[in-house]
Amino acid sequence: MADHAGVAGGDEVDLSRRKFLTRATIATGAVGAVFAAIPFIESWSPSERARAEGAPVEFDLSKLEPGQMALPVWRRQPIFVVRRTPDMVKRIAGHDGELKDPGSKDSVQPPYASNELRSRTPEFLVLIAICTHLGCLPKQRFDAGELSPSWPGGFWCPCHGSRFDLAGRVFDGSPASINLRVPPYSYPKEHLLLIGADEKGVAG
Amino acid sequence: MRTEALLAAALLAVAACAPHRLPAAEEEGGKFGADWESWRAETNVSDLSSVQRGARNFVSYCLGCHSLKYERWSRLGADLKIPGELLGKELLPPAAKATGYILTGMPAADAEAWFGKTPPDLSLMVRARGKDYIYQFLTTFYVDPTRPTGANNLRLPTTAMPDVLSELEGLKAAVFSTEAHPGGASEQVFDHFEPVAPGRVSLAEYDGFVRDTVNFLDYVSEPTQLERRQLGVWVVLFLLLFTWLAWLVKREYWKDVH
Amino acid sequence: MTVKTATGTAAPMPKSGARAGQGFWAWLNKRMPVDQFLASQVTEYYAPKNFNVWYFFGSLALVVLVLQLVTGIFLTMFYKPGEATAFDSVQFIMREVDFGWLIRYLHSSGASFFFIVVYLHMFRAFLYGSYKAPRELLWLVGMLVYLALMAEAFMGYVLPWGNMSFWGAQVIINLFGTIPGIGPDLVLWIRGDYGIADATLNRFFSLHVAAVPLALLGLVALHLVALHEVGSNNPDGVEIKDKVGADGKPLDGIPFHPYYTVKDFVGIAVLLVLLAIVVFFVPNLGGLFLEAPNYEPANPVSTPADITPVWYFTPYYAMLRAVPDQRLGALLLLLGVMAFLFVPWLDRSPVKSMRYRGWMSRSALAIFVVSFVGLGYLGMQPALGIYVVIARILAVLYFLYFLLMPFYTRLDPVKPVPERVTYHAH
Repeated sequence: MADHAGVAGGDEVDLSRRKFLTRATIATGAVGAVFAAIPFIESWSPSERARAEGAPVEFDLSKLEPGQMALPVWRRQPIFVVRRTPDMVKRIAGHDGELKDPGSKDSVQPPYASNELRSRTPEFLVLIAICTHLGCLPKQRFDAGELSPSWPGGFWCPCHGSRFDLAGRVFDGSPASINLRVPPYSYPKEHLLLIGADEKGVAG
Repeated sequence: MRTEALLAAALLAVAACAPHRLPAAEEEGGKFGADWESWRAETNVSDLSSVQRGARNFVSYCLGCHSLKYERWSRLGADLKIPGELLGKELLPPAAKATGYILTGMPAADAEAWFGKTPPDLSLMVRARGKDYIYQFLTTFYVDPTRPTGANNLRLPTTAMPDVLSELEGLKAAVFSTEAHPGGASEQVFDHFEPVAPGRVSLAEYDGFVRDTVNFLDYVSEPTQLERRQLGVWVVLFLLLFTWLAWLVKREYWKDVH
Repeated sequence: MTVKTATGTAAPMPKSGARAGQGFWAWLNKRMPVDQFLASQVTEYYAPKNFNVWYFFGSLALVVLVLQLVTGIFLTMFYKPGEATAFDSVQFIMREVDFGWLIRYLHSSGASFFFIVVYLHMFRAFLYGSYKAPRELLWLVGMLVYLALMAEAFMGYVLPWGNMSFWGAQVIINLFGTIPGIGPDLVLWIRGDYGIADATLNRFFSLHVAAVPLALLGLVALHLVALHEVGSNNPDGVEIKDKVGADGKPLDGIPFHPYYTVKDFVGIAVLLVLLAIVVFFVPNLGGLFLEAPNYEPANPVSTPADITPVWYFTPYYAMLRAVPDQRLGALLLLLGVMAFLFVPWLDRSPVKSMRYRGWMSRSALAIFVVSFVGLGYLGMQPALGIYVVIARILAVLYFLYFLLMPFYTRLDPVKPVPERVTYHAH
């Protein structure tokens, strides 16, 4: 027995057992800490209230005149709903060479909106009105020649100058690299647009 | 089907063991009710079919006046495993949104005018008063012509709530006895109930109806309670394992200390 | 592998010396004395080797403090102070925030656990004379922690804006009205309105989440600084620093790390098991931790049938009610709390630990505990008839414990204190 300090090496001490138990306890404690963190991390995800408020939104299309645009809000995001005239639809064609993603290969849209017009029907265009560059709200510049002599009409973002055509497809030379996103939507009744839900159900 | 049969059998067994709510006593015209303060709800919130029946009872009989302003229809459907279409068809009032809160259609101003006060929200009633309180409240209504509603209650005397469930339970009168106090004062003490008119269901069925409703209100008072208990078992088991390991480590290190 | 450990050192410990030479650790230590701090406060901080179960509660209080801080920070993200929003936002947390119920129950149960742990920690000081010289300042700082904790708990209780929150605030704030002269004006100032109102709730929220926690953290830090300066007392009340070996280290001391870190983890684990049982299975604990009337929103025109504070305040509440005079009752409550501050100077015993004290000190402490617990029970009962009489008797005993302390501790037939601590290896 040592004559000083309470710690002494009188007994045989099994160091490997000690090391193993220490490691096992630390590992278990670390697992516990990770589990304990889950509720706190989860608490930041959208609450039931946010999810309820994020339910699909109905929009009455009969109020929209040809050539007009409305800006309803779905899941705290502004939505472009544009009733395109046949002339506007015509102006979507013919500039594929100036677009970054004319076929919407790299862009985000439901399968029924991956066509050239990026919509279920030629008449109505439904887009998430958030610039795919850094999230600003693009402005409507629907008239031909409004931005430049060759401008076919579309959207222009005031923050960093991204340009999109009347199908929401992004032009070359814009800082945005993909087309404006299309939310899931459907027409449950005539003249009724339901944003946020389609045949596959409510957006996840 | 089988669980319901079992439940019915269990209910009958409970009824047989507990004389204070034995319908037979009443049907024989015997006294009953003097021990009403000891009546217990004896509900089990993990009994899903009972809570489901309670939800239906609530929508049919309570929602006309009372809200559950903290509970959403969609939450109710998910927790009670009621599919969306069934929820919309059977429970949801025509104008209500599935993601909205369970709110009564009665305007507050009308409620004030009719009852003198707004019927309370019932979301937290079980937590505030206890389920036995609500069970006793719903089983001790009696005819009292002196009240504007024509009914009174033992649990909550002079309650503003009419005896809306008398259609099911039937009407009963309360018999009071006069208890003399030293010094000449006397007091009216409740003695027993006497049936006045039968209701649409038997007393045993009414008892089950009230219990299911109370059980549903218990669920609504804390919708996470089942999840809480389930998770708790795992947490405690894990912590016990950690305690054991920590103790082994402590014992190992303290071999150094003499 | 089996080896003999070297005297005075624990075998498998990461040695700070090994890391001192180069790399990030060396870079860090040249600029900040991390190793030096860890050595002086942890790995070469010597604690008496004969700690028993009573010595768990200091570190447990620290764990509960951290629990309250973390859960409190998260609750603050969802809670909305204000008359119109507070009650609803608590229900929002309980029902609509993912795991909000768990975070809230952890916080509400944590409050009670804090007081359980702190009361046991304080009792330990009475048991082993831990407040006696040279630990008077340690004791005083600890008492300030206790006072701050009471303020924190009271204001936190108001936040859910239930009916008990409202009426509890009403009663406690009105206590300030008993101060002669300025009382009524002071009450008005604290409330910021003619009754408990939005203004009161918002200032309590600010104090509860910012001011008092900051004060608590500072006081706890001071408490630890003072502790590490004088060193821990122990169940024998023997100063281990008086007996040092040739290397200058206390003969009866062992390094806090690893010996007490591994031991404290056992205590922490047991605490967490108990906390989990409460949180997951009995979060109300029969109305002791969460009171039923608080599930009804604050109602200025309806008082709950029985206004009782949460259990940790009830001993003082019973004293208040035992006195048939408003001002005197409030004064007694104040004295009841403040009496603890004077204990280091009231206790005149030549020995610290109850182990070596005589029947007088031991009986006095036993009577004190009975009076404190008894008053705590009576504080939850209606103030009627026999309860008031018993509360008065117990309140007298409570104060006699402090008032007579200079006398019985001096007359007490003490036993000789050993030179070294008593310790039997298990």
